[in-house]
Amino acid sequence: MTSLHRLGLALGGALLAVAAWAALTPVTFASREELFEIPQGTWARRMAGAKVEILPARIDLTLGVHDVLLLRNLDDVPQVFGPTVLMPGQSFRLPFEVASSYSFACTAHLSGQMTIVVAPQPDSPWERLRWRATALWNAVT
Amino acid sequence: MSRWFAAIVLAMFWLAPAHADETVLKAGVFDPPRTAPEFTLAGSNGAGLTLSDYRGKVVLLGFGFTQCKAVCPITLGTLAQAQKKLGDAARDVQVIYVTVDPENDTPSQLKTYLAHFSPAFVGATGSAAQLAAVRKDYGIAAEKVAGPDGAYTHSSFVYLIDRAGRLRALMPFAHVADDYVHDVRLLLAEP
Repeated sequence: MTSLHRLGLALGGALLAVAAWAALTPVTFASREELFEIPQGTWARRMAGAKVEILPARIDLTLGVHDVLLLRNLDDVPQVFGPTVLMPGQSFRLPFEVASSYSFACTAHLSGQMTIVVAPQPDSPWERLRWRATALWNAVT
Repeated sequence: MSRWFAAIVLAMFWLAPAHADETVLKAGVFDPPRTAPEFTLAGSNGAGLTLSDYRGKVVLLGFGFTQCKAVCPITLGTLAQAQKKLGDAARDVQVIYVTVDPENDTPSQLKTYLAHFSPAFVGATGSAAQLAAVRKDYGIAAEKVAGPDGAYTHSSFVYLIDRAGRLRALMPFAHVADDYVHDVRLLLAEP
């Protein structure tokens, strides 16, 4: 067996091991919260004419992985944030238990709407593998 | 050794995430909670309706209009179902529905409409300016849709206000009656 063959086998084995880990290990994180914060001074920057968009019009969550939306207002004034008004220093924690698409009227967005898409929990090995591959792809692109 | 390996693989395969904590509200929670913005409007009961008059009860506060064909009937139907499931505890709960349509929703119109769901529900209306001020305080979006039927698009969630009059949580649209029952029971059980 040539060294090239050995290298190929080692690489193949390593890839297989990574794929097995990605498929068999449950997808978990230390926190299931997806945090969005309004930084201090946001209102002042808006008043100065800056275009500040903190909350995307669409947020993707995954049940059992990241299924809690956490909004926090660190600014000095009340802010319309997502579906509601948050006072200075106040946070809003919204858990999701059902995979679906949720639409909220949101005056902070030009479209007047904010959508939260909650995907099902990646339960099977194939779904875990696909979830991790998608997350990796999103991270590098 | 191989048995251990098989056990680890099986554990990794079947390990389920932790169950939802039953002591946590299913609605979105405000932290810290603030006092629910006060308002006084015309009530469907024929008298003035002041929010703070309901201190001591858990208030479920929704916004909509009586000609709504999509969101409001579902929300109010769900709230009526929750009220029934709560049994005697429902005496300590008040549903208040504030209209976004001051042109059509008079107190008597609101009373007739809400009675289809529950005679215990109360509606509130006022001038366009009064209602706009309440919506602003609560971050409610409402806009009249161009067209002959006078429909509105509006925020579809329901606020949960505790016995002390604090704005505790926001239940998004499409939650089932059991979720309301769960959260209302938690709020009622608080000292």
